[in-house]
Amino acid sequence: MSAELTQPTSGERSSGTLPEGEDIRKNVAGRQRRGKIYQGLLFATTLIAIFILGLLLFNVINDAFGGVAIQSTTEEETLTGGRPLDELSQPELVLLLEENLRSRVLGNLNREQPLAERDAAALIDLINAELIQPELVEIYTLTEYLFNREAILAELAEDYPRAELEFKSWVSGDFVTEPMSSQPVDAGVRTALFGTLWMLAMTVVIAFPLGIGAAIFIEEYEDAKPFDERKAWGRFLNKSLVRINSLIGLNIYNLSGVPSIIYGILGLAIFVRALEPLTSGSLFGVGGDATANGRTIIAASMTMALLILPIVIISSQEAVRAVPSSLRQASYGLGATKWQTVSRIVLPNALPGILTGTILAMSRAIGETAPLIVVGASTFIVTDPSGPFSKFTALPIQIYNWTSRPQDEFRAIAAAAIIVLLVLLLSVNAVAIIIRNNLRAKRVS
Amino acid sequence: MADQARISTEAAVLPTVTTRPVDLRKRLRINETIIQSLLFLSAFISIFTTLGIVYVLGQESLKFFADPAVDLWEFFTTTVWQPQIGQFGILPLVNATLMVSFIAMLVAVPLGIGAAIYLSEYASERVRGFLKPLLEVLAGIPTVVYGFFALTFVTPFLRSIFGANTVSIYNDLAAGLVVGVLITPLIATLSEDALSSVPSSLRQASFGLGATRWETSIRVVLPAALSGVIAACIVAMSRAVGETMVVALAAGASPNFTFNPFQPAETMTGHIARISGGDLSYNTIDYTSIFAIGLVLFFITLILNILSRIIVSRFREVYE
Repeated sequence: MSAELTQPTSGERSSGTLPEGEDIRKNVAGRQRRGKIYQGLLFATTLIAIFILGLLLFNVINDAFGGVAIQSTTEEETLTGGRPLDELSQPELVLLLEENLRSRVLGNLNREQPLAERDAAALIDLINAELIQPELVEIYTLTEYLFNREAILAELAEDYPRAELEFKSWVSGDFVTEPMSSQPVDAGVRTALFGTLWMLAMTVVIAFPLGIGAAIFIEEYEDAKPFDERKAWGRFLNKSLVRINSLIGLNIYNLSGVPSIIYGILGLAIFVRALEPLTSGSLFGVGGDATANGRTIIAASMTMALLILPIVIISSQEAVRAVPSSLRQASYGLGATKWQTVSRIVLPNALPGILTGTILAMSRAIGETAPLIVVGASTFIVTDPSGPFSKFTALPIQIYNWTSRPQDEFRAIAAAAIIVLLVLLLSVNAVAIIIRNNLRAKRVS
Repeated sequence: MADQARISTEAAVLPTVTTRPVDLRKRLRINETIIQSLLFLSAFISIFTTLGIVYVLGQESLKFFADPAVDLWEFFTTTVWQPQIGQFGILPLVNATLMVSFIAMLVAVPLGIGAAIYLSEYASERVRGFLKPLLEVLAGIPTVVYGFFALTFVTPFLRSIFGANTVSIYNDLAAGLVVGVLITPLIATLSEDALSSVPSSLRQASFGLGATRWETSIRVVLPAALSGVIAACIVAMSRAVGETMVVALAAGASPNFTFNPFQPAETMTGHIARISGGDLSYNTIDYTSIFAIGLVLFFITLILNILSRIIVSRFREVYE
């Protein structure tokens, strides 16, 4: 702002003259121009945020799809004399294997199951694995593959003359259904996906009753006086209860600001170490996995439940508070007790709002990584988790693990896993929103 | 007449049934009491959590400081963190954390407050209905995805600008920039709440005096909401200090006392994540050291959170 026009100097003020005529027009025009410029700047800052979101998604997609150069030890055509493999009959395939494999390998294969007894598909797999041996020699991002093709082909022709450039989508049906593997090409997220779903389900089971219960207590029972007001000890207990209640509210606010990794440390010391008999399942005699040492799904879920508890409580509190008090008073007027009023009037009316908040909390639990690292989620698990007491891995852990590897292949599958994670997040949100809308529609009608 | 007759017969019967005075005291309902206790317990879990955090961090930190290799004074004053040779100075970790947070705030404060002013003062209902959910999406993306973004996009980008020799593969600048993006939605939404709660009579008075929209926003609305905006920034700062995945992936794995943002320097959270990543055996100095770092981290974030709370409650302009 220009000082000379809007804030008249003391001399002007005493003489009582304000800018007139042409000066006013200039002043207003200048200020409005400045206003327009700043409006543009503000709009730009908002656009930048959205631009970054786009950039982030672009970066993930760019890595999750792209080109791969595959080179085989032996070409299919030279093996079969120009005919495609799947046109060959079963005896011809057996012959092909017997001609090309060394006798030791052949002997081993025949001992497992004689070649002549295997069907054609199994034989083709065998030929692919033993003779053709397609090998991934180079990978390219989507933009490189699409816009830089000539350069890639030229480079390939020089380095790997027999390699072929193909399009590859790293996200695929196989990627979702295959278990972990140390080979990025074969790796999948099946075990990680199951781990995440198990953990999410258990977290919800632990956190939601506690969170909603706490919210109801804070909102509905905050000023309840359960002890006898006519006696000194009753008054004292009631007073200290009120004090504790206000402490709980402040405490929940502070807990929501505690970094997630601190919850991880808490979980490591209490759920993994101190409560090991409980969390490894040995207390119940079901801990089949002796190596887990308490680093199990249940320990991770308890940690995650504590982490999302403040979010659940705060959002449920708001939902409970939004229920009009006339409904409560009508219920009391009909002679209902406090709990009858809460369970049959307040809760059903607050449920859509509570669900909205819990969607948020669930999304947080799906994406949170740091506490899982500290609590000790494993990074390499080939078998599906069998229950709450098994070792596990989770999607974000896999993404972290794969991203931190230097090879391009791991980067590609990390991007693919991110897409799976984002799709999972979206679908959880969508399901929760549908449930909430249904409930809301029911209450209105 | 018939009614009267019935009442009179009832009146005749009643005194014989209730001989003692009616007890108007609240009856003790055992179910209600049980339920109330259960609800109280679930609310009390949050207190247990806090106590648990303080107890666990404190107890294991005591073990850490009781170790002969560790000296409390050196812990807070020396600049080398190398557990292999028994050097435990937390300053390099704290320094890296503060540097990342500072870079993040440089990005997030202008972007977040700018977006908040735009959304609250300029945007039409329709534009706001479109932009706000987008900001929420940005806030809802898991932080590990941001870490991937920092390592695979921002770092190569910085290296192509400043040269691969000056910028290491792992560096604090990329981590800080991305943490900044990550906390921008937090600042934007919290500040927007503060700005929109300024009564519109103030704006109208300002417009009535001939001020433009920009002058009104920056001279009237922003000062009126300043406590809320500052509190939002502090909350975001605390979030940046505690952010783990981005720094664990992008800031490097070596505790390094440097003020050069192009160099790798491990933060407190990054160090905890790396050390506890493997199968950490209990009763080792590595195990207890993460609790000591965690304690420092906990206090930094706690102080920031309390500060934001104080600012909101003490300096808030109350209207009407």
